[in-house]
Amino acid sequence: MNLLAQPVGVAHYMVVGAVLFVCGAICMATKRNALGVLMGIELVLNGANINFIAFGSQFLRKDSQWSIGLDGQLIALFVIVLAAAEAAVTLAITLNFYNNHGTVDVDRADELKG
Amino acid sequence: MNLPTALPTLLGTACLLPLLSFVVILFFGKYLGKHGKGASYVAAGAIIGAFALSAISLCGWVGQHPLVAVHHGGGAHHADAEQAWLPAVVATKLADANACSTSSPIRLANLSSEPAGSEHAAPQEAAPVNYNGDWYTLFEVGSLKLTIGYYIDALTVAMFAMVTLIASCIHIYAIGYMHDELHDVTDHEVALADGHHLHRPGRFPRFFQYLSLFCFSMLGLVISGNLLMTFVFWELVGICSYFLIGFYFERKSASNAANKAFIVNRVGDFGFIIGLMALFGAIGTFQFGDTVDDGGNTIARGIFSQLRPPENDYKLTLPDGMVLSSAGEQVAGIVNDHADMGGLTAAKSQIESQIPDWRKNGFGYGLLIVAGLGIFCGCVGKSAQFPLHVWLPDAMEGPTPVSALVHSATMVAAGVFFVGRCFPIFTQEVLLVIAYIGCITLFIAATIAMVAVDIKRVLAYSTVSQLGYMMLALGIGGWVAGLFHLFTHAFFKSLLFMCSGSVIHACHTNDMRKMGGLLKKMPYTGYTMLVGCLAIIGTGIPFVAGFSGYYSKDSIIAQALSFTNQNPVHRILFLAAAGGASMTAFYMFRLWFLTFIGKPRDHHVYDHAHESPPVMWAPLVLLAAFAFGIGWPLWGLTNMLEQARPAGTIETVTGAVVWPNVVHPSEYLSHEEAIHVPASLIAFGTALSGFLLAAVFYAWQWLNPAEVQQQFGKLHTFLWNKWYFDELYNAIIVQPVHFVARRVADFDKHVIDRFIDGCATAVRGLSTIDDAIDRLIVDGAVNLFARWMHSAGIAFRSLQTGSLRQYVMFIVVGMVAIFVLVSFFWNYAWAM
Repeated sequence: MNLLAQPVGVAHYMVVGAVLFVCGAICMATKRNALGVLMGIELVLNGANINFIAFGSQFLRKDSQWSIGLDGQLIALFVIVLAAAEAAVTLAITLNFYNNHGTVDVDRADELKG
Repeated sequence: MNLPTALPTLLGTACLLPLLSFVVILFFGKYLGKHGKGASYVAAGAIIGAFALSAISLCGWVGQHPLVAVHHGGGAHHADAEQAWLPAVVATKLADANACSTSSPIRLANLSSEPAGSEHAAPQEAAPVNYNGDWYTLFEVGSLKLTIGYYIDALTVAMFAMVTLIASCIHIYAIGYMHDELHDVTDHEVALADGHHLHRPGRFPRFFQYLSLFCFSMLGLVISGNLLMTFVFWELVGICSYFLIGFYFERKSASNAANKAFIVNRVGDFGFIIGLMALFGAIGTFQFGDTVDDGGNTIARGIFSQLRPPENDYKLTLPDGMVLSSAGEQVAGIVNDHADMGGLTAAKSQIESQIPDWRKNGFGYGLLIVAGLGIFCGCVGKSAQFPLHVWLPDAMEGPTPVSALVHSATMVAAGVFFVGRCFPIFTQEVLLVIAYIGCITLFIAATIAMVAVDIKRVLAYSTVSQLGYMMLALGIGGWVAGLFHLFTHAFFKSLLFMCSGSVIHACHTNDMRKMGGLLKKMPYTGYTMLVGCLAIIGTGIPFVAGFSGYYSKDSIIAQALSFTNQNPVHRILFLAAAGGASMTAFYMFRLWFLTFIGKPRDHHVYDHAHESPPVMWAPLVLLAAFAFGIGWPLWGLTNMLEQARPAGTIETVTGAVVWPNVVHPSEYLSHEEAIHVPASLIAFGTALSGFLLAAVFYAWQWLNPAEVQQQFGKLHTFLWNKWYFDELYNAIIVQPVHFVARRVADFDKHVIDRFIDGCATAVRGLSTIDDAIDRLIVDGAVNLFARWMHSAGIAFRSLQTGSLRQYVMFIVVGMVAIFVLVSFFWNYAWAM
């Protein structure tokens, strides 16, 4: 089965979401800058969001006649709101960390290690 | 004022005042004045207040119940004078009877002076006037009622006045005598281990505290309205004497004497309790007097009227309860015969009808004798009668004011008082026992007193001897004579003791052999003591007048003579009384001559001697006045005692069961000229002979006492060692008890202790094993688990690196791993 030869369906969106997700995960795993890690998180969240949108879209579902098609979008909106809140909290933590250590290197934040 | 309500209030308050003083000194003694000197004022104030109340009561009593002159034997019979105030009927009866008079108008109306066996119908006597009632009921269950009550008759009132008066004098005297205790005391009689003498703080307030409690106890004993209350105060008096005799408790001799007094009294009290149980078990009440309701009806009968019921002319009668408890088998037999339910009433009526027969057959009489002997046992202990007399001389270890109080007014008088109070309970057999015990006591004690050299011990044995006189008098039916002697003796014995205290205070020794010639140095003490000596030997001009002892001793000897005339078998009682009078005169004047007359035998002591301060000699003078004159018929002391004479004792008594021949002659018969005149002459003669003998030895020194002593060496040693009573008791009681105690201790040590030790060792072994199990297995398991947990924690610790990127890697890798695992192993059946 060749994706490129198929009409656009859920699978295509899932591929994009997976790519975004993996990019975000790699970004989180490799970036030492806290802000970079934050960006990686956004990528991961958005990868997941694309999946929600795809699964919730009327155009991509076979049972679309039964659905009003807003559930996926609503969850995506929740995720965005949560991401915003999380970003605000994380920024606050990061700024405090910077104030205390003069850096935003996450590898330096190991004072609580066992 | 209404006497029946006023008397209990007045006398009750008089009784409680010393208790109040005791409490005040107990709590605030240290803060009362400098070194607690104020304590003496509190105590003296309380007892003087009590005396004031007693004196008011006495006046009230005499006002209500006028004292009527009893004509004293020896003189003419003043029938005319007596008839002046008598109702005509009574006067005629009196004239018919041609005998003695009595005191109370009530009594007179019923008086019979006819000898027993007379053909005339026996006239009735009356119970003595008394007020009795309850202040407080402790508890009441069925017919059992225990109360705090009072029984006030002429004897109570007179005792109150006497006790409080003497106690007041002694309190005042003690302020002077005990002044050493106001500051620190060095007790030269107590040597410590380091060779120094004991140095201790003074105990002035404590002395007065005990003294107050003592007075409270004695007054409570006198006023008590039932046997239970009497017993409580009886024991309180005992414990107070224990405290006071052991006042110098650091001295071995004093603490020994206190213990001895206490233990010997326990022996007597054991008998007392048996007597109480016998009495209470049989008749079911402790009350002395009848309980009367507002209307004057008798609700419950007291001991006295149960034993001497008015229906039987106040003759000693066995109460039904005593007969029944003794005839238990017969009662059970009758009940068995009527075993069916309906027969119970029949059985009851048959039992009731049988009671007179049983009584006639002597059922219960033994119980009554046991009750009487038991109660007398207690009195033997308290009044130091043979064979329990050994404690009293040792009690001299206490301070002298205590001796004066104990010996005259309070503790030892309690026994005689109580015999007098319980007189209606005693059968003739018991009375005879009392008489013999008194007789033996007076003889033994008098002989010992003749050789004693410790001034206080002479007086102590003299007390024992005089108490013997009182017991003897009571035992031969001389109720008034015995108690009269109690009163006069109280005054002169307290006087004598306080004089001896004054001498000791001046000389710092008790040994008469070191004294002599002190009369010039201590005139007050010497002359007041002379008054006391004259009073105790019964000095008087026969048939005219004399010191107080003359009257009381004469009446005892007259009664003894009267008794002997009726019972020639028992003439020893009279001989002892008469001989005792001679010995009394001898040892008293031996004491006085040795102390006050002749040349000083120890110049160190003589030079040091001085008259005591006024606070000490003033009470002596007062008491000397009383010792001189309290017995005079003028004051009517005997008339007052007559008012309290127990019902049923006016007439001559016969009919004892065990010794049927004993006759207890009426006390009035001893007032007859035929008896009183010889008795007076004999008493005078014996006293004079004793006095002359003492004078020959010690005043004129015609004979050398030392030579006589050598001549009768063995006798002297025997008396010197107090008839070896202490040694005897040591041999027959103390040593066996020690022997048994040692055996018991051995058993305890070698058997019981062994067993217990064995048990302990076994338990210890077991617990060692248990301990090992606990430590090795239980603790080991727990510790092992803890170590595991610890190392696991250590191991997991390194997982928390704090590296964010690593965590993300773990998450991703973990997710992939889960995904792979699920892809390989997921089974759709699991979702179903």
